[in-house]
Amino acid sequence: MAALTPAPIAGEPPASAGRGRRGRPRAWRVAVLTLAALYFLVPMAASFWFTVDDPQGFSVDAYGQIFSAPGFGSSLLLSLGLAVATIVLVLLLTLPAMLAVRLGAPRLGPVLEVVCTLPLVVPPITFVAGIGTVLRFGPEYLARTPFYQTIIAMQNPSFPVVLVLAYVVLTLPFVHRSLDAGLRAMDAPTLVEAARNCGASWPHVVFRVIVPNLRSALASASFLTLALVLGEFTVARLLSFQPFPVWIVYISGSQAQVSVAVSLFSLLLTWLVLLAVSVAGRKRS
Amino acid sequence: MSLPAGTASASAPGRSRRRSRGWIATVPLLAFVAIVFGAPLVVLLGGTFVRQGRITGENLAESLQGAYLTALIGSVKLSATVAVLGTILGTFLAQAVVTSRLREAVLTASGVLANFGGVPLAFAWIATLGNSGVVTRLLGLGEHGWSLYNFWGLTLVYLYFSVPLMVLVITPALDGLRPQWREAALNNGASAWQFWRYVGVPVLTPSLLGGVVLLFGSAFAAYATAAAMVGTTVPLVTLQIANALTGNVLIGHENVALALSLDMIVVAGLVMAVYLPLQRRSARWLR
Repeated sequence: MAALTPAPIAGEPPASAGRGRRGRPRAWRVAVLTLAALYFLVPMAASFWFTVDDPQGFSVDAYGQIFSAPGFGSSLLLSLGLAVATIVLVLLLTLPAMLAVRLGAPRLGPVLEVVCTLPLVVPPITFVAGIGTVLRFGPEYLARTPFYQTIIAMQNPSFPVVLVLAYVVLTLPFVHRSLDAGLRAMDAPTLVEAARNCGASWPHVVFRVIVPNLRSALASASFLTLALVLGEFTVARLLSFQPFPVWIVYISGSQAQVSVAVSLFSLLLTWLVLLAVSVAGRKRS
Repeated sequence: MSLPAGTASASAPGRSRRRSRGWIATVPLLAFVAIVFGAPLVVLLGGTFVRQGRITGENLAESLQGAYLTALIGSVKLSATVAVLGTILGTFLAQAVVTSRLREAVLTASGVLANFGGVPLAFAWIATLGNSGVVTRLLGLGEHGWSLYNFWGLTLVYLYFSVPLMVLVITPALDGLRPQWREAALNNGASAWQFWRYVGVPVLTPSLLGGVVLLFGSAFAAYATAAAMVGTTVPLVTLQIANALTGNVLIGHENVALALSLDMIVVAGLVMAVYLPLQRRSARWLR
């Protein structure tokens, strides 16, 4: 089949292909798009209607009640705090490692890739089953060592460090992927050599040469992490902490309308974040 | 794919010095993963074979019996249904927009929706088609025995993030179908059906199968949506694990949760083992 394409067109072959013939919207295409639009938009519209529907007609009370609902502020702040800590930690761990692989240890590349992809194979709920067991039995064996205090401190409900650690693992595949794409798009070894030959110190190289070139990759990695942490339910729920998504389920028991309103609110928040990723990603390519 | 070699030659001068340095910078990450990710998995694997201080296979045996087996099969069935439906619908949607003006908008929206799961998704659907959902009341579906809280309801909800994921996965493959191939086929007298039957679908097959596997994996691992939606009315392995983890088991049988987790990892691992070679194969046509 390859013989049939002697001259692959550069640029965007599919967009220009048979434009005249395909330019007119076909019936099946219209049908598919209409169905898709219905399927994806109706739940959003219906949820919104659900929150403003009132025996007296129209009311936005549910949205007002979000902010006064008990636990809203603290759980949202907890989620945001966890997200920031996760972003900092995951970037501190992955960026030096990937840069090093790029610059001087290319043979470690595949190893790093496999290690960073592994969390995709292990469903989060099985991961949390393991963490829960470690946290339960750890103290029994470590009671006489300083690790005991560490394990207890990690589970402080006002800022559970153990969640940050778990989230770093869960976000590794995504962070690795976006940093990898960013690093592929630049010629790191040449840039570093040029900077070093001009007398730049290592910190200078990293912060003034590498990081600015990776800006969009770092941004998309951070936004993806933010979105993931803001929506993470499984690990937090099963380790009995109460960040934002867990709180939504908790509040749904007593105030159905408010819980849907909060869901829409958090959706909007996540969508803005993910839209930023999408835009950042598209700019890069 | 030839990038590592290129990097190596670019950094050939002073190579030995750099390599030692580079090796050190990867240590924190590898050590972190080994401890935070490795330790729980080792404990999981070990705990599976321990019951009340004895080493035994009882946990594993119990996890493959009765309600637990039903849940495991239920999860596999749900994930397979979602994967197949999502692949078909996602491919049609992608093909509908791939050459149209809506392409960029749909791809951006897919990027957003594919990452959208969890609790808010469940509540949006409950508000729409739940027992007192807006659409349910509007169309009077309740009287016709409609319920969102069953197998097909979950399928409907899971497709909400699966179809966009498929659109993202299959679009590069559809782009890889060169227009010349179609023109050549049509010029040689093939019908559109014959083109798809003998050229289009065979070229797309690895990507389609890869999509099935990816969707299967994401539906298989999903917990939050199901937990917020159906509680335990639909037997799913994730719900059973959560149940067992929160102490809802016989005394001494706590480690059944670990055995179930191990079952899940085995299934997910098998699925991934199929996916990776397929991805490599499909990459061949997508230069």
